[in-house]
Amino acid sequence: MIPTIRQPLSLTLVYRAYVVLFFVYLALPLLVVSVFAFNDSLFPSLPWKGFTWNWFFGDQRPMIGVFNERPIMRALNNSAFIAVFVSALSVCVGTTNAFLFNRYNFPLRGLLYVLMLLPLVIPGIVLGISILVFSSTLANGLEDGMGWDIYALRPGLPLVILGQFSFITTIVTLVISARLQKFDRTLEEAALNLGAGPLTAVRTVTIPYLLPALVGGFGVAFLMSFENFNTTLMLVGSDAPLTIAMFDRLKEGSTPLLNAVSLLLMLGSSGLALLMILFQRKR
Amino acid sequence: MRAGAKLGLILLLMPLLLWLGLLIIVPHIDMFLVSIRERIGVGRYQISPANYLTFFTEPLYLVTFMRTALMSILTTAITLVIGFPVAFYIAKVAKGRLQSSLFLLCLVPFWVSELVRTFGWMILLRETGIFSSFLQWLGLVDGPVEMLYNDVAMIVGLVYTSMLFMVVPLVTTMESLDDSVIEAGYDLGGSNLSILREIVIPHAMPGIASGSIVVFMLSLGNYLTPTMLGGKDSLWFTELIYSQFIVRFNWELGAAFGFMLLILSSIIVWAMLKVTGQTLEKTMT
Repeated sequence: MIPTIRQPLSLTLVYRAYVVLFFVYLALPLLVVSVFAFNDSLFPSLPWKGFTWNWFFGDQRPMIGVFNERPIMRALNNSAFIAVFVSALSVCVGTTNAFLFNRYNFPLRGLLYVLMLLPLVIPGIVLGISILVFSSTLANGLEDGMGWDIYALRPGLPLVILGQFSFITTIVTLVISARLQKFDRTLEEAALNLGAGPLTAVRTVTIPYLLPALVGGFGVAFLMSFENFNTTLMLVGSDAPLTIAMFDRLKEGSTPLLNAVSLLLMLGSSGLALLMILFQRKR
Repeated sequence: MRAGAKLGLILLLMPLLLWLGLLIIVPHIDMFLVSIRERIGVGRYQISPANYLTFFTEPLYLVTFMRTALMSILTTAITLVIGFPVAFYIAKVAKGRLQSSLFLLCLVPFWVSELVRTFGWMILLRETGIFSSFLQWLGLVDGPVEMLYNDVAMIVGLVYTSMLFMVVPLVTTMESLDDSVIEAGYDLGGSNLSILREIVIPHAMPGIASGSIVVFMLSLGNYLTPTMLGGKDSLWFTELIYSQFIVRFNWELGAAFGFMLLILSSIIVWAMLKVTGQTLEKTMT
């Protein structure tokens, strides 16, 4: 099975063909989505009616391109807004969590660690409804008790941010912990010996060392937030992020406009991922 | 210094406790409380097991629940069987440049939203889609064929969506398997199959466990793929939860459904950990 052991040629060829077939299977759906973004037709399907850029830049009905389609651009804006908040919040909490579990021994540490992992094994939709139920309990309680109507506790952007944050934090914590574990603590001690206070030592020695993981965590969180569907679906209000807006359109029937949005999404996220890899390499 | 350390501990504990408490633990307790109450008048509720009784006595709910569980297990098994040889190829057969680029290629679909992936399968499978046109062009069929809106299409979509989460942990665990161990197996007269069974699979067990758990969870909790690719008969349990919450506005029953889904997923994840001899901490890190 491995190169150093000789196998019959037929077996090697069959194996290789299988792997090739697998990658064709991986690429096929993404490929057709991209190709049909340029089809000069109202439906993203055969027959091919010629090449056009109209689904990107078109400004006349029925072919209004992505960049001139207001609701889609607004949804994109919402997604970016949510993703920035979720990533920033989860990197902050992820960092404090990583330091906590890496540096301290305290009662119930094991239990808290398992609880910290829990959001990964709770289905996204259950996470969404539990937050929805709790926030509306809170909102109703405050309204009946105090007469306050708190808008942020009703479905909408703040709840979507909290919902996504609730499980993305676990992933970011794991990313940052992995790097913090490899840190050589004698470096920090050297800083302390040279007269730095504990906070200065962490700020000037440990944080720069962690930077690739912080950036990586931010990137992963950003992508996960941008793509999230299940949790968002339960918490969304009138400002729909892109995945929800596209889902609503897809239910009504699809036009190549959706292909164009999808292609832009693919380019955007692979661009971001490449940037992250390059950044990691440079370090 | 000791006082400083204690202060540090408290400051670092705060965000963790706030996050877990306010967004995970208390909401789930609240959801449970909602699930065990029954509406008896305007704004008046009493504690009762009525919602759970509804769940167990209405065949549609119970059947959908069981079907979702079985289909998710099936999806997990198919993903493992398809992904394992590829992961082995990437980890042990491919070398250097090829290895890293194949691994990167596996990650690409993950960078794209699940919606886009599902949309891709819709374009491929539907009546006016690529496969149907291709078959007609080949002359194998006379008219358009509808391949969308059935269980097979749904499983194809689910497997596709979760493939990465199987392949990546498998590659990571199998990379640490030393070639010389496999060579020793052959020297001792092992066949391909016996080496796979005695050496490769036991070594890959942590990867198999974590891959299977994640894939199972993603399938069980999926809403998009069953809705878009599945047919009238492929109702998924998450669709029931969604309709109770958003369409019928029966939060009590919806919360009970949510709790049943949570219990089911916990039991199956726990069973998978037991069978493969892993712990949650080890598989998730």
